[in-house]
Amino acid sequence: MGSLAFARELRRATSCGLPPWGVVRMMLELLIALCLVGAFAVFVLPDEYAPKAAFGISLVPLVLSLYMYLTFDGVGNALLGGDIAFESQYQWLTLGSYDVSWFMGLDGISMPLVVLATLLTTLAILASWTPIDMRQSQFYGLMLFMEASLIGVFGALDFLIWFVFWEAVLVPMYFLIGIWGGARRKYAAIKFFVYTNIASIVMFVGFFGLVFGLGDSISSLALPEIAQALRAGELGSLGAFGPEQLALLAFLAMFVGFAVKVPVVPFHTWLPDAHVEAPTPASVMLAGVLLKMGTYALLRYNFTMLPTIARDLAVPIAALGVLSILYGAMLALAQSDLKRIVAYSSVSSMGYVTLGLVAYTMYGTGGATFQMVSHGLISGLLFACVGVIYNTTHTRMVGDMSGLAEKMPVTAGSFIVGAFAYMGLPLMAGFAAEFFVFVGSFDAHFAYSTVLTALAMFGIVIVAGYLLWSMQRTLFGPFRSETDYDVTTASLHDVAPLLVLLVCIIALGTFPYDLAFERVLDATEPILDTTVAAVGGGS
Amino acid sequence: MIEPAWAATAPALVVAVTALVLFLVDSIDPESNRPALLSGVALVGSLAAMGVALVYLLTGVGESPVSLYGGQLVVDQMTLFFHVIFTSVTTVVVLGSHDYLDSHPYQAEYYILMLLAVTGMAMMAASGSLAVAFVALELASLPSYALVAFMKQNRGSVEAGLKYFLIGALSSAVFVFGISLVYAATGTLLLDGIADQLVEGTALPGVLGVGMLMLIGGFAYKTASAPFHFWAPEAYEGAPAPVSAFISSASKAAGFALAFRVLITAFPVASAGVQNALDWTVVAAVLAVVTMTLGNFAAATQENVKRMLAYSSIGHAGYVLIALASLTGTGDQSLVLGAGMIHLLVYGFMNTGAFLFVALAEYWDVGRTFEEYSGLGTQAPFVSVAMTVFMFSLAGLPIGAGFLSKYYLFAGAVNGGLWWLALVGAVNSALSLFYYSRVVKALWIDEPDEPHTIESYPAALYGAIVVAAVVTVGLLPGLFLFDGVAFDAAAVLFS
Repeated sequence: MGSLAFARELRRATSCGLPPWGVVRMMLELLIALCLVGAFAVFVLPDEYAPKAAFGISLVPLVLSLYMYLTFDGVGNALLGGDIAFESQYQWLTLGSYDVSWFMGLDGISMPLVVLATLLTTLAILASWTPIDMRQSQFYGLMLFMEASLIGVFGALDFLIWFVFWEAVLVPMYFLIGIWGGARRKYAAIKFFVYTNIASIVMFVGFFGLVFGLGDSISSLALPEIAQALRAGELGSLGAFGPEQLALLAFLAMFVGFAVKVPVVPFHTWLPDAHVEAPTPASVMLAGVLLKMGTYALLRYNFTMLPTIARDLAVPIAALGVLSILYGAMLALAQSDLKRIVAYSSVSSMGYVTLGLVAYTMYGTGGATFQMVSHGLISGLLFACVGVIYNTTHTRMVGDMSGLAEKMPVTAGSFIVGAFAYMGLPLMAGFAAEFFVFVGSFDAHFAYSTVLTALAMFGIVIVAGYLLWSMQRTLFGPFRSETDYDVTTASLHDVAPLLVLLVCIIALGTFPYDLAFERVLDATEPILDTTVAAVGGGS
Repeated sequence: MIEPAWAATAPALVVAVTALVLFLVDSIDPESNRPALLSGVALVGSLAAMGVALVYLLTGVGESPVSLYGGQLVVDQMTLFFHVIFTSVTTVVVLGSHDYLDSHPYQAEYYILMLLAVTGMAMMAASGSLAVAFVALELASLPSYALVAFMKQNRGSVEAGLKYFLIGALSSAVFVFGISLVYAATGTLLLDGIADQLVEGTALPGVLGVGMLMLIGGFAYKTASAPFHFWAPEAYEGAPAPVSAFISSASKAAGFALAFRVLITAFPVASAGVQNALDWTVVAAVLAVVTMTLGNFAAATQENVKRMLAYSSIGHAGYVLIALASLTGTGDQSLVLGAGMIHLLVYGFMNTGAFLFVALAEYWDVGRTFEEYSGLGTQAPFVSVAMTVFMFSLAGLPIGAGFLSKYYLFAGAVNGGLWWLALVGAVNSALSLFYYSRVVKALWIDEPDEPHTIESYPAALYGAIVVAAVVTVGLLPGLFLFDGVAFDAAAVLFS
């Protein structure tokens, strides 16, 4: 650690009353280590103990991350010179003139996402108790391994470390889909794996174009250093490409790489397969956290590092966002499988994030980040509800059942509230998030921003359409089920995750500023400050 | 520096002495078969050699190169780095062989041949003249032929040995003919002497060019690169799996050690005033593209796991060739060469581990194809996790150190101005995930038609696989121990 960083560390530790213990700074490492050790412990446990053990172990990082959330003392954006919370940096490798260090830390963007990851992992583990009935120790081991990787993705501030975690997330998800998935699980797993891996390579190549283009103006692969160098216009030329061309090509490569993960239409085709085949707890993680990796990376890389290019390409990107919203919603409208409906509606909701990011206004960027958290909770809730319904009825087809509200009141109630949150009912997280995004994108400076925003708002109407329609057919009316299973009230550990998520959604919708948005804005606003940003290409 | 100077060759000497000790042990009572004693001696010997090589390397014994017999043998940091690769691979393979050979006769001969081959490889990495290079190459090759054919009751093993031998003999002839042509053009066999001669120029540039091409042919054979790669799938498939591990990891590294030293010392590209008859970086670039593409595409079409690993081994030779191709004189030369050495180190562990898993499958008699591996994940979870690590690491996912070493290689290529070659490498690497993940899919996801009957869990073979996996994963965070050493070792060659 440089002496400057150490001085800042000491100053912060002494000024804000936190004890200067090593353990406070190493909180992220502690979280990751706990998950990894827990994953291994669960993996070697006999199957009958694995579910409860995994749940117990996952509570520890959840509580710790909530504690971190309360004691969070970061200011500003981690990449743009803000004060990084829970920062730690140790020299690791040297590659030519670039240092690679173990560099972790959080700011107002990544902190809520870490909590989202730990919360959803715990709830997904709880939601797995009923449906996962074979090879439990492997299943829960993988869930904890995935949690460790996800915390790493959101916490890493060095490119190489970040990439290690980014790729490591793929491995457990591949197995979760491939082993415990539905009938076409093998196809879905390999499609997910290869598709997203190729996207990673494209992104990797694009990013290294920037690194080599920066040449001697950076001395490490630390993201803050690279982001600040790029915003200061220090990008040089590489081979036959001038700075502007290089920045544009790198932006496109990274955009495509991340768009697959989000997914942005037309890069979304892996998602329905993966979602439909995945076991429900894996779907909760996939929609709730893994998709956010894509938008998080878009925000950190494309929109923070190359703001000028992002502004130049605002119209096509916003158009892709609106296309995702509308096309995703229409695809959802055409499905009769409940899980497919929720899966496609994720494509739609993630479109709002893209739209908000590209707006480059206070509410746009902040709202997009808020939407990441909000959608994580809401889609997690809906997938969990679909899971509970499937566990009991053994069908997910809308036409095969009706009147479930009568037999499973809590599940049906949660589904209804979740659906209304999706539609943006006030006092719920979805309303706050989408409202912020629309306010932000309406004010955006790119051409046709009002038209595109209006079109995006129309997406909500379609959402209301398909959710109301499917609820009306499955939950209400006289009870009927086409399958031979006895439909009974779900047990407590099945509905507990639903209730926890409901509380979170309503809390976040009622007090958006106090709970998250203030902190998010503090971290996203520096991105908009272009006074220090020379034009993307540089001189 | 180290006194006396010959002590610098201690890793090779320890291995050679162990081979002789094994002769002695075996001759006391040749009729009885004592697997534990024989493999124990071999293991102690290779462990000791590895320890010596590691200590030498990390304390910098070769930082100022030790020259022996008038420059015939050179021990510098690169020599020691490769000694670490050879001896560590040998240690893991010997450990795994103990169970694999079980009660097979002629075990003493097996270990003796292996240790003699390692001695040859150690000399290849230390050779300062073309004459020593040839002798060392033969010392490494002849025991390998016998090892491949070791299962003499097995037709496949014998056939593989014969093929390996015939092609090996041919390429040895090509190699030695190349040496004679280079000698004709320069009048010396010493590598330094050739470089000095080239500054003055040669009257026979055509002869020199053909000679260099023939030398490169010899290297291509030893490293299983195109165009002399076609023995590899046959030999690796037919050979006992631990021998396949040994040849595809250690022998390949030895070929590269020799290629690095001969090409860089005797025919430097970057030095001013050297009149090369042939720009070998261009040859290496072409061979790299052909080798990795061919290896990867052929691997993707295999049904047999061992054969897939053989083609993957060819593909990895292609990646390392990127290091040779990128020594164009622009950029940081030692970075590029160091990247190649690091990849060979990491590859040594992940590839050896993968072949040893195949050895375990052969031991259990579960079959050879992907389908027949189905369901092993639940029956043998620990080694299956290890195999998963090997596969993902070979594919370049950051689960093991294979990710970092490939990253070094591609960054080195960009550094040398060959960004297109890095791109070809990256695309190949991304596609390779397809066939590596087939093994993983079979182990964990596919349901077996009928469950395997696994009667015993061989401790030593298990241990060898788990050790290889732990090192493969451990080298990801732990590579900082070696990367500086590798780059410094490479830098010595350019000083």
